[in-house]
Amino acid sequence: MMNRRSFCKKTLLVAGGLALPLSALELFDPKRLLAEKDEKGARWVFLVDTRKCVGCGFCVKGCKVENEIPYDANVTRTWVERYLVTSDGKTHIDSPKGARDGFPEKGIEIGHGKLEEVRDEDIEKAFFVPKLCNQCDNPPCVQVCPVGATYQTEDGVVLVDRKWCIGCGYCIMGCPYGVRFFHPVHHVADKCNFCYHRISKGMQTACVDSCAFGARRIGNLRDPEDPVTKVIMTERVNVLKEEYGTKPQVFYLGLSKEVK
Amino acid sequence: MVHGEAWTLKEFFTYPNEYIYWTIQIVMYPFMTGLVAGAFVLSSLYHVFGVKQLKGIARFSLVFSFALLPVAMLPLMLHLQQPLRGIEVMLTPHFTSAIAAFGIVFTTYGMIVASELWFVYRKHFVETALSLKEKERRTPGEQFAYLLFSALTMGAYDVSHEALEADERAVKKLAAAGIPVACFLHGYAGFIFGSVKANALWMTPLMPVIFICSAVVSGIALCILTYIITMEIRKALAARRPELPSKEELKSAESQVVVMTSRYLLMFMVAAITLELLDLVFRGYTAVKSWDILRSVIYERDFVNIFVVQYGLGNLVPLVLFLVPGLTIRRAILGTALVLLGVFMMRWNVVIGGQAFSSSFSGFMHYTLPVWPDSIETFKEGLGGALLVAVVPFFLFWILNKVMPVFKETH
Ligand code: SF4
Ligand code: SF4
Repeated sequence: MMNRRSFCKKTLLVAGGLALPLSALELFDPKRLLAEKDEKGARWVFLVDTRKCVGCGFCVKGCKVENEIPYDANVTRTWVERYLVTSDGKTHIDSPKGARDGFPEKGIEIGHGKLEEVRDEDIEKAFFVPKLCNQCDNPPCVQVCPVGATYQTEDGVVLVDRKWCIGCGYCIMGCPYGVRFFHPVHHVADKCNFCYHRISKGMQTACVDSCAFGARRIGNLRDPEDPVTKVIMTERVNVLKEEYGTKPQVFYLGLSKEVK
Repeated sequence: MVHGEAWTLKEFFTYPNEYIYWTIQIVMYPFMTGLVAGAFVLSSLYHVFGVKQLKGIARFSLVFSFALLPVAMLPLMLHLQQPLRGIEVMLTPHFTSAIAAFGIVFTTYGMIVASELWFVYRKHFVETALSLKEKERRTPGEQFAYLLFSALTMGAYDVSHEALEADERAVKKLAAAGIPVACFLHGYAGFIFGSVKANALWMTPLMPVIFICSAVVSGIALCILTYIITMEIRKALAARRPELPSKEELKSAESQVVVMTSRYLLMFMVAAITLELLDLVFRGYTAVKSWDILRSVIYERDFVNIFVVQYGLGNLVPLVLFLVPGLTIRRAILGTALVLLGVFMMRWNVVIGGQAFSSSFSGFMHYTLPVWPDSIETFKEGLGGALLVAVVPFFLFWILNKVMPVFKETH
């Protein structure tokens, strides 16, 4: 039999003994090693300058080719919206085929293959808005995925594991920005991933590379010298649908209240 | 073709990737789980709260609940894009997701119902096994039955008075434990929708409660309906098979059970309708940003589905049918069938209605149910798949009834 005193003593001894190797284990915490290796780590963010976008759709094309999203499929990782605000206060929006071929028709597409003609003299303002996954800081898609196939990396990018996704569609329903879809070939959830395979090698995303007007830029928020970070810190930027609490990390310059 | 494109029609501005991703199978899913939970609650009313008048239907609904149980999973499997990986929900659950609770709640519930059934039918298992054992020569069928029933007894052959009383106590405890689990099973189905903040129609904390109430309603209605149908079949058989109770006995038993059970049905219906209307009124009263588009979906696009079919045919008409005194069997059949239609339409209007508008709030999507399948996808997520899900429980019930006869006196 063990009396209480010796029991306490032994417990302390064992606990102390265990604590030693545990503290040794801590040294190998991969997160800390990573942090030590590259001083700060990155937080990838995106900057869209809507004032520069002309709606050519090169970014959409570039993305489709780079990321192997079937060219003719009616889904796309990034798209461009056209906004026409008329003098009667109405907003007309469309994005035919995600603007893969730009906006070849003058009329606004209203579904069922129909076009709505808007007269030039009625137009008060018109602009283009590129859209992509916001790599939310509080991503609902990650929260709802029942098997953890959608996850967030250390540098803030939200990825989908194609080998793990069961294809339930919960994440598609959970994203307020409607950026997700089922990949027509792999039959799993898909979306923009900031061209993770490129940026992690120090390259630009495909859409940034294909934009001839500098409307799209990618940057690292943890690097104060990054030009994108400087713009975000010093200029009047805006994000989409802030009210959902998703904390989007795609920032817009020149956003207008009509943008949905 | 992209998933969803085959059945989605778009109007005005919707985001390019938006389609109706959750189709009729996701309507069937809460509908079927609702039936499971409802049938179980009905049987518990007798087992736990000792509502004696429900004795006739209690065992029936317990077995039926068990027959429905595997079918609650079927629509999910039919809907998954990677059905072979479906088991991952159980193996690698990600607990921030409402769907991840599925495996745990579902298996817990299944085990509770299975053990409750075992205690209820243990005497029957033992008797059947013993009587088959005595037979000198068994046909292959009897041999199979003998092995099956001996296995089902699990070696517990004691059918003394005390042992049976202990059984009954166990049934009571299990039924009591089952009620919260059944409610949870369905409540979280409501939570799956209610917690999607990106969807203006689903996003309400009332969703789980609304789902539970209508689940109980649908479960009770289906039990009454199936009970009547099986009783009618028995009546037809009674003429030819002397071992069955006489036609008159069956008739009076039937109408008594139906009248009693429909009282409980009425009670839960009132609760369900109140909650749904409360939700509707609240949305209109607070009229937040999304109300504009919701109003146009509720009062214009889905008006017929919501107000004519769901509330009118599915709630109001059966309410009147059940409230008029002197309930007849025919009226009960019509009433319960309409109640089932109403609950199904409520699921439909939530699931499909919730996707009827774009998250851009500037466009609409319309779901055209694939009737004639031209691919495996349009079969799975069309009428064919839904009908498959709907008939399987009856088939299972028929098989279960061979092993656990619902109408045999066991205790
Ligand atoms: S924009 Fe949508 S898909 Fe992208 S991280 Fe946010 S919720 Fe997820
Ligand atoms: S579709 Fe795939 S990634 Fe999306 S929630 Fe379901 S399992 Fe997760």
